[in-house]
Amino acid sequence: MRGFLGRWGGFLVLTAVVLLLPLILPNRFYFDMAVKVWLNAIVCVGLNLLIGYAGQISLGHAGFFALGAYASAILTRRFEIPGLVAMLMGAAGVGLLAFLVARPILKLKGHYLAMATLGLGIIVAIVINREIWLTGGPDGVRVPALFIGDWRVSRIEDWYWVAGGAMLLAVWLALNLIDSGVGRALRALHGSEVAAATAGVDTVRDKAMVFVVSAVFASIAGSLFAHAERFITPQEAGFLRSIEFVTMVVLGGMASTFGAVVGAALLTVLPQAVAEFQDYKHLAFGAILIATMIFLPKGLVPSLAELFRRRRP
Amino acid sequence: MSLLKVEGLTKEFGGVRAVADVSFAVEPGTIHSVIGPNGAGKTTLFNLVTGVYTPTAGTVTLDGRDLTALSTAARAKLGMQRTFQNLQIFFNMTAIENVMVGRYLHLGTGLVASLLGLPKIRRETRLAREKAAELMHRVGLEKWLDADADAMPYGALKRLEIARALAAEPKLLLLDEPAAGLNPKETVEIDELIREIARGGVTVVLVEHDMKLVMNVSDRILVLDYGRKLAEGTAEEVRRNPDVIKAYLGEGAA
Repeated sequence: MRGFLGRWGGFLVLTAVVLLLPLILPNRFYFDMAVKVWLNAIVCVGLNLLIGYAGQISLGHAGFFALGAYASAILTRRFEIPGLVAMLMGAAGVGLLAFLVARPILKLKGHYLAMATLGLGIIVAIVINREIWLTGGPDGVRVPALFIGDWRVSRIEDWYWVAGGAMLLAVWLALNLIDSGVGRALRALHGSEVAAATAGVDTVRDKAMVFVVSAVFASIAGSLFAHAERFITPQEAGFLRSIEFVTMVVLGGMASTFGAVVGAALLTVLPQAVAEFQDYKHLAFGAILIATMIFLPKGLVPSLAELFRRRRP
Repeated sequence: MSLLKVEGLTKEFGGVRAVADVSFAVEPGTIHSVIGPNGAGKTTLFNLVTGVYTPTAGTVTLDGRDLTALSTAARAKLGMQRTFQNLQIFFNMTAIENVMVGRYLHLGTGLVASLLGLPKIRRETRLAREKAAELMHRVGLEKWLDADADAMPYGALKRLEIARALAAEPKLLLLDEPAAGLNPKETVEIDELIREIARGGVTVVLVEHDMKLVMNVSDRILVLDYGRKLAEGTAEEVRRNPDVIKAYLGEGAA
């Protein structure tokens, strides 16, 4: 029962937040911010499956985000493929790429995945910047509007519901996965790889699998972002964007799906709410990352949950 | 036919032969102990049998099937489980979740079904939880079901590893020093638990320093010294073997 309330109670609260938030959002600017929160949250929920649960680090998730975004932009614009189909094609391609990168790397012990994803993210950024004929280069590229059936998703309020719904779907998928045998295997190989293998877990396969899932989440979020903004630039692929995602996960709380959402919300809103923050954004993100590691190693949500649990008789 | 057959097993680390040309066979339904002074190669032998290490030479056969090239996970699938001398607990999980991981081989592992939380997956999780709770009762951990593993005392963690291994329903269970660090009362309880596991039809290979426990429960005993097989036989045979006495008590004692 505690498990049920902890998991689905949290999901209901999150759903309520998505449903009620528009009542207090005063204008377009805030709706736009909320859309960015929900899309970043999708990336973080996926990334948290990898970092928080399976204990593997990716420093290249902005690369997957950008690949999804550019796949949608290019496929819909040049080839006039419907937006949703383009999104799925992008996700499939990103998933395949993630698998091809991860499978050989994960056979090695240690933080090789972090190194490989770091390199991959940088390569993606370079390709997007240089292949101007395809991507528009540093100037970016315009993205057609997204159609869901006959519905042209264009108003920012519409995007709020699309992004919020997609985020809830991502959270729901993640919660299901964690509560399955596969999910427990991921946490187990984080805790002790040799004991997980002894229990019969194919640790290489499962690590590769969760990496692919997290890359696909990032790709979908990127596709939605491209359509919501109607414009995409190579900045989205930058290494610093990858670090932002990692910081969101770490701040919100490792191995906490709701923590990932909270981390994404805080670190998306903060730079926009505090204008001065913009100039020192990356400095601040670095400081937050270090401070969290030192003072709140479990992250915000798990630490608060623990406090709450201890207070209760 | 022997359940486990080890032939000419050898492991060299650099120039050191941690296990040297060891052969033995374990009959189904028995408790087979491996003893020897510290550094005799007992844990290395376990790591070779379970596929954590690749042997320099020799073969491991389970139920007539050559395992030598198989991974640890593949050996688990064929019915091999173990516990660890230095605990390998999933400290990021609760006690019962640790045992539920032991059920992994009996669960569906489809990614899409898991993501969608299909009824089949949820039912399996519920059954795994029931089975895990039952096993925790059996090893005397009913108080700790929902405890975080990192909040449990050492003796309880030792039992938790046994429950996790049993959850896989193994044919062969290798226990690496299950009584190490336990007080005399706990040791007696482990003694009883090991017998009960063997009575339940699981073949046990036991590495242990507690001689009283070993002499009490073992059907056969294998003695290692400097990685070599020094002697093998029943408790009585081993106890009287002059080489064994020499290895344990030193030259002149025999």
